[in-house]
Amino acid sequence: MEEKIRVLVAKPGLDGHDRGAKVLARAFMDAGMEVIYTGIRRTPEQIAEVAVQEDVDVVALSCLSGAHNTLFPKVVDLLREKGADDMLIMGGGVIPEDDIPFLKEHGISEVFGPGTPLATCVDYIRSHVKKEA
Amino acid sequence: MDVKLGVLAGDTRAVARAITWVENGDPRGAEVIRGVYASTGRAYIVGLTGSPGAGKSTLVSRLAALLAARGQKVGILAVDPSSPFSGGAILGDRVRMFEVALTRDVYIRSMGTRGALGGLNRATRMAARILDAAGFDWIFVETVGAGQAEVDVHDVAYTTAVVMAPGMGDDIQAMKAGIMEIGDLFIINKADRDGADRTATQVESVLQLSMTEGWNPPVLKVSAELNTGIDSVVDTIERHRAHLVASGKLDVLKTRMAKLDVLEILKARLADTMKQQLDQPAVQVELEKVASKQSDPYSLADIIFEQSWRNI
Amino acid sequence: MYDKESVGRLKAAKAKWQQGADRIPAGKTSKTYSDCRTSSGIDVKLLYTTEDVGEMNYMRDLGFPGEYPYTRGYQATMYRGRLWTMRQYAGFATVEESNRRYKYLLNQGQTGLSIAFDLPTQLGMDADHPLSEGEVGKVGVSVSSLADLEVLFDGIPLDQVSTSMTINAPAAVLMAMYIALARRKGISADKLNGTIQNDILKEYSARGTYIYPPAPSMRIISDIFAYCSKEAPNWNMISISGYHMREAGCTAVQEVAFTLADGIAYVDAAVKAGLDVDSFAARVSFFFDAHSNLLEEVAKFRAARRMWARIMKDRFHAQNPKSLMLRFHTQTAGCTLTSQQPDNNVVRVTLQALAAVLGGTQSLHTNSRDEALSLPSEDSVRIALRTQQIIGYESGVADTVDPLAGSYFVESMTNRIEEEALKYIAKIDELGGAVKAIERGFIQQEIQNSSYQYQLEIESGKKVIVGVNKFQVENKPFKNLMRIDSALYEKRHKELDAMKSRRDTTKVEAALAQVKVVAGSDANLMPAIIDAVDAYATLGEVCDVLRSVFGEHRPDASF
Repeated sequence: MEEKIRVLVAKPGLDGHDRGAKVLARAFMDAGMEVIYTGIRRTPEQIAEVAVQEDVDVVALSCLSGAHNTLFPKVVDLLREKGADDMLIMGGGVIPEDDIPFLKEHGISEVFGPGTPLATCVDYIRSHVKKEA
Repeated sequence: MDVKLGVLAGDTRAVARAITWVENGDPRGAEVIRGVYASTGRAYIVGLTGSPGAGKSTLVSRLAALLAARGQKVGILAVDPSSPFSGGAILGDRVRMFEVALTRDVYIRSMGTRGALGGLNRATRMAARILDAAGFDWIFVETVGAGQAEVDVHDVAYTTAVVMAPGMGDDIQAMKAGIMEIGDLFIINKADRDGADRTATQVESVLQLSMTEGWNPPVLKVSAELNTGIDSVVDTIERHRAHLVASGKLDVLKTRMAKLDVLEILKARLADTMKQQLDQPAVQVELEKVASKQSDPYSLADIIFEQSWRNI
Repeated sequence: MYDKESVGRLKAAKAKWQQGADRIPAGKTSKTYSDCRTSSGIDVKLLYTTEDVGEMNYMRDLGFPGEYPYTRGYQATMYRGRLWTMRQYAGFATVEESNRRYKYLLNQGQTGLSIAFDLPTQLGMDADHPLSEGEVGKVGVSVSSLADLEVLFDGIPLDQVSTSMTINAPAAVLMAMYIALARRKGISADKLNGTIQNDILKEYSARGTYIYPPAPSMRIISDIFAYCSKEAPNWNMISISGYHMREAGCTAVQEVAFTLADGIAYVDAAVKAGLDVDSFAARVSFFFDAHSNLLEEVAKFRAARRMWARIMKDRFHAQNPKSLMLRFHTQTAGCTLTSQQPDNNVVRVTLQALAAVLGGTQSLHTNSRDEALSLPSEDSVRIALRTQQIIGYESGVADTVDPLAGSYFVESMTNRIEEEALKYIAKIDELGGAVKAIERGFIQQEIQNSSYQYQLEIESGKKVIVGVNKFQVENKPFKNLMRIDSALYEKRHKELDAMKSRRDTTKVEAALAQVKVVAGSDANLMPAIIDAVDAYATLGEVCDVLRSVFGEHRPDASF
């Protein structure tokens, strides 16, 4: 069996800053993962649909415009509606620490803020990805 | 979730999961195929190949949009190269196909080549079977095909389209073998750019030297970006399909498809078994001998093959 | 600048000195003699002498400030005549709150306004658009119509304050609103001072807030050039930006190269549209980043000035000296701000601001210490403003023009940056210009590669970020961060409904129909857009009309 970790790097909302998302995508690729990148300006509906079609293990949401509290939970809800309960959903961008508990309550398993080393994100995925029994 | 039933019902999540299983070589994938294979054979499979930058993804997106508007269900398998070093991949075709991301009846799956040569993923054919069983009318297999080597798309599709961009004409002159031979139609994309006519002429002149009976591969000029000429592509594919049916070639291709389905499974199983053999400690010892030139690769291969054959 | 003989003697003496220096072990520092590079990969030698600048000619390569090639400054007296404009980018949530912040900043000594718009506004969407939910007012102020602008500038004299608006794809509409607003206050457009960013090319390559495809976008820009050069001659109708590409991860050399290449493309487009270069080039301005490598940045600004002067003279044959002058605004590098130990950012910003001043910037924005996490609080933005004031009034660097000129290192670095940047420009020329280079993804790929390279250097520890990968402490959560209420979406929805019920619908519809007609023709869009916004057509309505004619840009992605 040859399993690869499949990651969706997604940019919900109107934010166009993709430097971090692209650097992460490359880091994930270098770590042996298959990365699908949504491009910028995607709606939660589009992101959830892509995640299900691509049967990804991880959804990595990046938002630097401050709209994360609205957008991230929406993505989580839509995924749950589609029955994709087993995906690891993480977030990053410009997210104040005070918002992290709220996001975690709403299904984001971890938030990686500015300055997080790439290796930390990679290791987190490797140790937390839910592989089907 | 019963994946097999889900596939037959056309459920997106089930289809996606089934493709993951066949991609990973998970035995559950084989189970699904066993259960749904009888329902395959309806979908029409089109392969698209061509250099990076030719605009294949945008073109496929436009084709899917057009067909979906006509009430057809379209599945797209987009293959991108995996890194030979890390094994990972950035599967970037999707970015160009977002206008159909939420279109009902369009399903897109991105796949990495995962070490396979020839431009496709080993599981592409089984992924196509799954989409077929799920009721898709059209399946587009999109791959990277820069030159001679990436011709596998020809083995998974009934119609193969080669996509080019203006300015690539000189490469074509040099490229008489390979993708020039497998194309049933040639699409010059970005036709609004300078050089489109010239490229079309160059392609036509190369094609004249290699005519197949009954079907002259047409050269079309389109612009996926501007959404022009897309219907001519669909018309041409349908003409080719009609030709294949009328000439009986489609049946030949379907039999070939089935044969290759079996062959791929055999190859995969064989390769796995052989790899396992090579990892045996006893074999390691023999390998040392080959490395130190006390033996040669053929001799060792003969021994392993004979032994494995007894075990298969 | 130095005669060959004395340089020769020096060379010999230096070789002798170098032998001694090479014997000294590098010690405990992480930098060896051979391992020092700038952000652009330019080698930094241990020592620079006259040997490194011997070939230079003062009049040809430096000149006097205010004279070709403008290396030392675009204007003769520079800061002795007037300090740079202290222009803090600001705007958030509602027009009422932003108006208060602008008045606060003006009271605190800021000398020009810089308007930050939220993402829906920047994307030509009204605040009540479904996609605006969660985004309204977050990264800037929400403006959907002239009614909003009226409140935004309430009590601010438009004929006395210079206003910079960071708006790109819908720049024509915001410009139109500003002109319409001024008109209502009895101020004619020729009295208006300010800037619109209006630089669509960098949106495609780095910033992401584009709407229309490249060709119609260039047409809109040419229309704005033509209109402003006649009606608003004191208005800078473009701010060609390198800041965002730098923030996206490119190097100093790439920043200069890609920015000037974009500039060439704009001048080209305007000239092809029939404008005489000297009729608009004087009002073309630029916007650069002030990054961390202080001396490289100073050299970068000087190189940019000299390069642009030469480009305008040699390539476009501009006759008016004003057309040759590169005038620019600078912002300190946002991407260098850390969320760890945020007070360190005050120090970073100080050094970066210093680089901009030593580089001769015309106006400057300094970031606030909390901006890695949020929009700045009032306290933080005051410190950022004070940083500029302390540099200007206390440090003495503003007392003489281009103080670092003649430094062997800075002159050598200026030359090197110009050399490397010209190579990029030549490459872009080969590809057919900036627009084609962007269509092919060349510029984006270069930015991506540099960005990834930079990140790998941080991960490996080769590049030190204080507080992040070295000298870390346990981080305390930052207090008193600015928060924007997400209920703003609902509020704005109601405001827009109310505004729409008050306006003359027939007039609006007729005006929008006219915009559509003009968009499909060769005529200038500005008058029609001004009429539309004056009738209180919303930003979204006008932009949607243009969307229906021009279509929307389909992006790609490079890694």
